[in-house]
Amino acid sequence: MTEKNTPLLDELEKGKWPSFVTEIKRAAVKSEAAGELLQVLERSYKERRGHWKHGGIVGVRGYGGGVIGRYVDEPQTYPNVAEFHTVRLLQPSGWFYNTKTLRTVCDIWEKYGSGLTNMHGSTGDIILLGCKTEHIQPIFDEFSEAGFDLGGSGSCLRTPNCCVGPGRCEHACYDTLEACYNITNEFMDELHRPMWPYKSKIKFSGCANDCTSSIARSDCSVIGTWRDTLRIDQEAVKEYAAKMNIKAAVCDKCPTSCLTFNAETQELSVVGEDCTRCMHCINVMPKAIQPGKEKGATILIGGKSTIVQSAFMSWVIVPFMKMEAEDDFAEFKDLMRRIWEWWDEHGKSRERIGETIYRLGMTKFLNGIEVAPVPQMVFRPRANPYVFWNQDDLDRSGTALDGSKL
Amino acid sequence: MAILDQGPPHYKKMLPPIIEENYGKWKYHEIPRPGVLKHVGESGAALYSVRVGTPRLVSIDFIRDVCVIADEYCDGYLRWTTRNNVEFLVSDEAKLNPLLQKLEAEGYSVGGTGRSVSNIVHTQGWVHCHTPATDASGVVKAVMDDLYEYFNTMKLPAKLKMGLACCLNMCGAAHCSDIAIVGVHRTPPRINHEVIRKGTEIPSLVASCPTGAIRPDPKNKSVIVNEDKCMYCGNCYTMSPAMEIYDPKNDGIAILIGGKTSNARTSPSFSRMVIPFLPNTAPRWPETTEAIRKILELWIANANDGERVGEWVERIGWERFFTLAELPFSDMLIDDYIFSRETFRTSAQFKY
Repeated sequence: MTEKNTPLLDELEKGKWPSFVTEIKRAAVKSEAAGELLQVLERSYKERRGHWKHGGIVGVRGYGGGVIGRYVDEPQTYPNVAEFHTVRLLQPSGWFYNTKTLRTVCDIWEKYGSGLTNMHGSTGDIILLGCKTEHIQPIFDEFSEAGFDLGGSGSCLRTPNCCVGPGRCEHACYDTLEACYNITNEFMDELHRPMWPYKSKIKFSGCANDCTSSIARSDCSVIGTWRDTLRIDQEAVKEYAAKMNIKAAVCDKCPTSCLTFNAETQELSVVGEDCTRCMHCINVMPKAIQPGKEKGATILIGGKSTIVQSAFMSWVIVPFMKMEAEDDFAEFKDLMRRIWEWWDEHGKSRERIGETIYRLGMTKFLNGIEVAPVPQMVFRPRANPYVFWNQDDLDRSGTALDGSKL
Repeated sequence: MAILDQGPPHYKKMLPPIIEENYGKWKYHEIPRPGVLKHVGESGAALYSVRVGTPRLVSIDFIRDVCVIADEYCDGYLRWTTRNNVEFLVSDEAKLNPLLQKLEAEGYSVGGTGRSVSNIVHTQGWVHCHTPATDASGVVKAVMDDLYEYFNTMKLPAKLKMGLACCLNMCGAAHCSDIAIVGVHRTPPRINHEVIRKGTEIPSLVASCPTGAIRPDPKNKSVIVNEDKCMYCGNCYTMSPAMEIYDPKNDGIAILIGGKTSNARTSPSFSRMVIPFLPNTAPRWPETTEAIRKILELWIANANDGERVGEWVERIGWERFFTLAELPFSDMLIDDYIFSRETFRTSAQFKY
């Protein structure tokens, strides 16, 4: 018998912020596993240490991932959470739901699992926390029947996610919801059957505000942008001018000083070629300033968190790409296939693509995926002369002593 | 038999009619009050989104509760945000105030918009992770309780995005947050040779170490850890429960600040360590909540209008920040990992 009281956790039911302890207690009314989770957690609070371990591969027929094995370290003491596995379900783009869909998730999970979820996991999936090994296949079968599918785990394409996009945002420079849906479906095999050196993530943000934090959290960041000049509605500028200091709040904060507010005419002007499309002015004056008309996305590669070679932010490899549903996002998909093929060939086990590129050099990577170098890829060029010349370059640039081409 | 590879549920089935009608044709948005967004389409249609904080770890009862509310006020449509808030999507303006009253009566937390503290993106911690150095949900709860007045108001200099990672694998976007709370192990794993001999795959265990600190010890049918190379990530514990990484006396929390992922004004930036260690004082982590409040209040008092934490610190200078914050500077705050050189001051310009 384990102690049923949870004096330490009860402290976390106090205060105004919603309490996860209350949530576990609610689940515990119907689930013995959730009740026992509370006991394990109370012990962690007392001992200041975790009590979970990996332990064996679990999964469903036909897939290599989607379920993560989790076991308590004292199964005799806590038999109901001896197996307490996590199931990942692919979320709808933008985390939009109707209540019917959500109730279906609840009903199936109530039948087999602990009744606890994460809405959502850091990568974006619906996370179902805590089920037994014997129930994994039935859970998948029922969710599949109801129109759901498992998310990614292991060395695969992890579940892509996206911002709210054109569904509810005036800034969206491409259809993030459709791109995420379409591209997730395109790469089902890569997502469900781990076959790469390590995990790889894609996140779709509709503008440079990057609400999915794609630049920090994904190996491939697709960030909406435009190529032409932002559009200004001078009538709306005048309305803003009546209630705010446009020079201080907008022009003075523009990183390239490309905006000028003329107090006399009450008009705002922009030097288009100086603008770096950072979104600040649009954020402050959405009624008056809009992105340009020629919209698409910047593609950046290599973002990841600290382990192992430090945290990387993704870097630009394609400054501007059209992201259109009409052509089925063909250019993007083609690029991703070339990138993954290169990484598959050159990456070491447990090496994220950013680390592989860093180890072998950006130049080799660009050559490997057949992308031509452009200055937008770097903040500034190299400060050393250690260029690795290849024979083609030598043949092109070398000259004989008499001045003739070699 | 399950259908394989059918993909996620189609998002189009999840969109309320007002979104279908105004898809890609939104003109602007406003924040009429904290926690409420008003999006206006080119057609003039207005959609109200009411944002509610959640603990992320929620029961199916919670999900069913919000479904009941969404059925009554939102024709059954709602969404979750990237920061684990729920948004009720109200297309009938007449239902907005009744919804807000309902949410208040039921004790929901409405807020997290504009210049506020939004929900803290966080990991699993002691609830479900195998390598945590601290709990995640509990620290988040303690910090959000303490900062609640900044969640349901919009009185900060700029938005504040926080992240918590419960070990130094740093799952979640803690490495690019305005304020990051990071669980830290500080001691190498302890090897239980008995458990290893009973059935650990030694080659897999050796391969699991990202820094090559683990090597086989054939004589003892076990492994040896080169403690100088260990960075306490706990990957080896994933492979074998014989490699105990938790250490109740020495595990704790580090605070990093000044990161962001948005490109607005300044480029995205990493969070930087300002406090290398705070103790794991469960269940309410008073040292952590106090340290965060102090940094937050310093930012409120000193930042220019619209300046995020990192923009403020970069403007005044990190050396000045340490003086103002009265935080001790130590060798632990000077980077000695791979890309350290770019953080060294190669200039004779600095402040005191």
